[in-house]
Amino acid sequence: MATLKTTTEPPGVKVELTVNGDTIHRRVEPRLLLSDFLRHELRLTGTHVGCEHGVCGACTVLVDGEAARSCLLFAVQAHGRDITTVEGLSDDADNLHPLQEAFRDAHGLQCGFCTPGILMSMVDYLGEHPQPNESEIREALSGNLCRCTGYQKIVEAVQLYVDRRAADPEGNGR
Amino acid sequence: MSSRYFGQPIKRREDPRLLTGKALFVDDVDLPGMLHVAFTRSDFAHGRLLSIDTEAAEAMPGVVAVITAEDLGDYWQPGPLLVPPPPIEGSSFFPRTQVPLAKGKVRHVGEPIAMVVAESRYIAEDAAEEIFADIEPLDAVVDLEAGLEADAPRIHEDLDSNLAAQVRQQKGDYARASEGAHTVIKRRFLYDHGIAAAMENRGIVASWDERAQQLDMWDTTQAPIAIRGGLAAMLGLSPSQVRVIAPFMGGGFGPKIMMFYPEEVLLPWISRRLKRPVKWIEDRQENFVATTHERGQIHDAEIALDEDGRILGVKDRFIHDAGAYNPYGLTVPLNAQCTLLGPYSVPNYDSEFRVVYTNKTLVTPYRGAGRQHGVFVIERLLDFAARELGLDPVEIRRRNFLPKDAFPHDHGIIYQDFSSLTYDSGDYEPALDKAVDLMDWHRYVGEELPKLRAEGRHVGVGLVSYVEGTGIGPYEGARVTVEADGSVSVATGVGTQGQGHYTSFAQVVAEQIGVDPSRIEVTTGDTKVFHWGAGTFASRGAVVAGNACHAAALEVRKKILNHAADALEAPQDDLEILDGRVQVRGVPARSIDLATLAQGANPMRGAVAPGTEPGLEATVYFGPEFGATASGVHAMAVEVDPQTFDVNILRYVVVHDCGVVINPLILEGQIQGGIAQGIGDAFYEQILYDSDGQLLNGSFMDYLLPTSMDVPAIEHDHVVTPSPLNPLGVKGAGEAGAIPVGALFAQAVEDALSGGGLDGFEIHEIPLSPLRLFELVGEHKAGGGTSP
Amino acid sequence: MKPPAFDYHAPDSVAGVLEVLAQYGDDAKPLAGGQSLVPAMSFRLARPSVLVDLGRVPGLEGIRSEGGELRFGAMTRQRELEASALVAERLPLLSGVLPHIAHPQIRNRGTVGGSLAHADPAAELPAVLLALGGRCRIRSSAGERWVGADDFYTGLFETALGDGDLLVEVALPEEQPRSGWGFHEFARRHGDYALVGVVAQVHLDGRRLRDGRIALLSVGDGPVRAVRAEQVLRGLDLDDPAARDRGLAEAARLTAHADIDPPGDLQATAAFRRHLAEVLTRRALDDAVARALGELAPAT
Repeated sequence: MATLKTTTEPPGVKVELTVNGDTIHRRVEPRLLLSDFLRHELRLTGTHVGCEHGVCGACTVLVDGEAARSCLLFAVQAHGRDITTVEGLSDDADNLHPLQEAFRDAHGLQCGFCTPGILMSMVDYLGEHPQPNESEIREALSGNLCRCTGYQKIVEAVQLYVDRRAADPEGNGR
Repeated sequence: MSSRYFGQPIKRREDPRLLTGKALFVDDVDLPGMLHVAFTRSDFAHGRLLSIDTEAAEAMPGVVAVITAEDLGDYWQPGPLLVPPPPIEGSSFFPRTQVPLAKGKVRHVGEPIAMVVAESRYIAEDAAEEIFADIEPLDAVVDLEAGLEADAPRIHEDLDSNLAAQVRQQKGDYARASEGAHTVIKRRFLYDHGIAAAMENRGIVASWDERAQQLDMWDTTQAPIAIRGGLAAMLGLSPSQVRVIAPFMGGGFGPKIMMFYPEEVLLPWISRRLKRPVKWIEDRQENFVATTHERGQIHDAEIALDEDGRILGVKDRFIHDAGAYNPYGLTVPLNAQCTLLGPYSVPNYDSEFRVVYTNKTLVTPYRGAGRQHGVFVIERLLDFAARELGLDPVEIRRRNFLPKDAFPHDHGIIYQDFSSLTYDSGDYEPALDKAVDLMDWHRYVGEELPKLRAEGRHVGVGLVSYVEGTGIGPYEGARVTVEADGSVSVATGVGTQGQGHYTSFAQVVAEQIGVDPSRIEVTTGDTKVFHWGAGTFASRGAVVAGNACHAAALEVRKKILNHAADALEAPQDDLEILDGRVQVRGVPARSIDLATLAQGANPMRGAVAPGTEPGLEATVYFGPEFGATASGVHAMAVEVDPQTFDVNILRYVVVHDCGVVINPLILEGQIQGGIAQGIGDAFYEQILYDSDGQLLNGSFMDYLLPTSMDVPAIEHDHVVTPSPLNPLGVKGAGEAGAIPVGALFAQAVEDALSGGGLDGFEIHEIPLSPLRLFELVGEHKAGGGTSP
Repeated sequence: MKPPAFDYHAPDSVAGVLEVLAQYGDDAKPLAGGQSLVPAMSFRLARPSVLVDLGRVPGLEGIRSEGGELRFGAMTRQRELEASALVAERLPLLSGVLPHIAHPQIRNRGTVGGSLAHADPAAELPAVLLALGGRCRIRSSAGERWVGADDFYTGLFETALGDGDLLVEVALPEEQPRSGWGFHEFARRHGDYALVGVVAQVHLDGRRLRDGRIALLSVGDGPVRAVRAEQVLRGLDLDDPAARDRGLAEAARLTAHADIDPPGDLQATAAFRRHLAEVLTRRALDDAVARALGELAPAT
């Protein structure tokens, strides 16, 4: 067993970015993944890590409004970008974003681990597709793996949100 | 049971936290001064570990410690045997359990060799790469049958062979039954079950507080209480010095009930030694080799029937893959052996299994836990029998169902809980009828299929039935407390991994105490809050812990009424509890709220009568006599592309009976999720090893989990046959969805291809894939025949 | 699964990129969208010691039409191609293929140049480049050159890009009148790398096939052209249904059994790949011919 050694500070690269509306300045090691930066440097632990090779989608966030895997980006690549995480939808349990509300109402989650990534994927998708049908919703969800639900109630949750939004465009699905 | 809360599709209490990213998962735990752990794992499936060179790793900046087996001294011990051998006469059992770090030998790819502790996970991984383990490779045992041969390489050299166990269970006299049979059908079946692949990998944070002499551990375990007890013993601590927390978990499905994983032994040890918190989060690559699997069985089975298609008997000889160690005993093969009997009357049964050690990751239960293997064998045998006897798949099942008046039905063989396999209650025909109606089976088979086939489409149908032993003992407990503000706290020992316990337990309690579930705070999986119980497994949370909650709530209800009767000067029989108030029935003006009663039950001054217990609180335990047997019927229609061999599920119908339902929303979710895993098992997921024991598909690019486009919308119906074994009448539902899918898939795909012109085409294995179907069809066309 | 350490450079000009590439040679790797490179690094299968981030270089993005070609800056993201009205109008084949590349979350970051230069034999865009006979503009500190599709792919994950080279632009010929395209791939799940994929493009001469190009993915070291099959297409009479059927069947058969030498892996043996190649080539050719004849709607 080795004894405790002093740590050398990794040479950092300066990044400046916006996260959920806040401007962030940090020095980061170039190899630091954006997912780790968000979770462990900024303590935004709603973004989950399931595979770290870009397949499961649990770490999906918005980069300049577009869904992307945060495990497939280095934090340095986020320099100058605008990042939104699930906490940016709503971090207030009593005042959920209408998409979050629809997931609750339709039982669109079980363990909830994949849910933040699914929400972020859908925010991007539903912004561009106001009235998707069931098979389009299923295709849009296919880049996010869920191991608990069998997807049916996730599809229903998205449908519920779409229907509510169509019925009350002002409420944005609320 | 009726009512306002129990049985209602109440929205889940835990969801707002999960939806806003605020729920605490193990990797979210961040402690000051925390160090990070990575492991060097064996690249070889089997080999002699000659030496380990850690020097380069230790010299790396940011590395705090490197630990090998030698550093552990007496702490190095093989893990406990979790499940002892069953009391079955004539059986043999040679258990060998996993070790914290390899010493002398490595026995599967991924077995940990060294632990690195560093300032960051990045540095820890850099250092783990720089550790050089000198391993002399040995021939690996991969194939089950080859592993049992006399000259096979020996995995545990102190044993005479790779045989881990041999168990034979019989009832009646199969040999005699088959002699007089009209039809005997024999086949060889292969059933390979995939891995759990929970979205959250395993993880541990261990924190030893030197001043408090207290160990806190956050662990992705389905059994925090057992971990606490075991750790305390290993570390020489009192259990009261150890707190294990299983916080929110990203899915369990079985492998997280396994204990002790090497990491669960090592993290607390090194935290205590370094006096700093340490964190290890399994990555996906590790998960494929370091978290337990479920895998394959080979069955040589036969069924004997009379001319009407009634089962005279079944004989089965099978081999089960244990992997490199078998801490979980015989649970999985016993489940396969027992569940094979299904909902059927099988008067004569002769089943023997052998368990073989292989140089692969350990096998422990994964959702279904061997039950699907048994269901596959009996359902396929019935399908071939139906074909030979000219019977409809529905009819042959109906003829063989245990009749409604056969319950409780004792099969006379031993189940995984070591009690005699007894079905508590059941009524199988209504479920079959409902499934047939929902599917519109007779019209579909009689009209739709011929029409589609005439158009050249390869469409087929299937229908299977099954039972699931659920809700086994030993026991769980619950403590229900009415707090001074009138809210209610519930604590139980089971961990929760997405099953909605925070909501369903609240509903159970709400029903008795008359408080809205939103005012009921449920705590699970924290040993500081509740430290008696076994864990979440075998579809037992709702049954065992749910009934403990119910029993505790009843006790508290009595106390409430007792105090309220005094306060309101009314007989208890005249009182009712509504929305947090006790009132004289129909007289809201004569009422008192629970907060006032709770405060009154906890006087701060004055005297109480001798024997008075403070508060409106009760702790009650529940243990069923034996497990409750759930059942169901699944049916599906598929279309096969005869050129690419892709399979498209056209319809999927489920009729399920899990007794009384606590929350239909949660139940549907459990069934749907189980089916999705079953579909994965049937057509997408298979763990593949080469002949050296190297895992060939250890990533999510190569190991295919079904997506939203691969799982169909599922059509549900229910039958309710209450369990007489518990006051709530509930049976478990956690594994039901997953169990029959392989059998169903094989039947439907076989029907599509044989209906499309491949006369006599049979499927004897799961999982399938386009490649495997291409090969099977090719073999069939080449005259490979249908049966051995 | 954390990537190994590397030196990070983020130049703000192509010249700056070329300078770093020239300085570090083989050790340096351009970082485009990173959707293949980053996971390869997290598995520690790729260990470049220097990464040159192209994300801060202006002028490497954009889509324009020039001289009968669509020109794509190498850093143009796949999402932009998918959303481009110009692409949909001038090169519907590309619009038809894009939804099959992984998932939107990947296409939002993945770039045209990154995919072409990474040269994964299972990727769609290299097969498109080859089927269309496109070309690539490559710059280095020594100057600039164009390399045609047939010369661009040189082996497994190998291209004509050498040390110090940077792919800066891609040109694909726009669809001609009286031509048609077909694309079929078979993947286990939507968005997965395909077991086999086929891109076909045909041109008509009256009611005959003037010529056609076929490129396959996942059947070799890189995208593979079905040269012998293409010969069968030349001059094929489409008016005679039997001749059309025979000709396209023969082209599919030759593709599978003469033009490719597919590898076997966990999801498909070589035999299954040949089988799928025949099935999918036939489907792609049927679609291409039908589109050229106006029998199929132009958009997918």
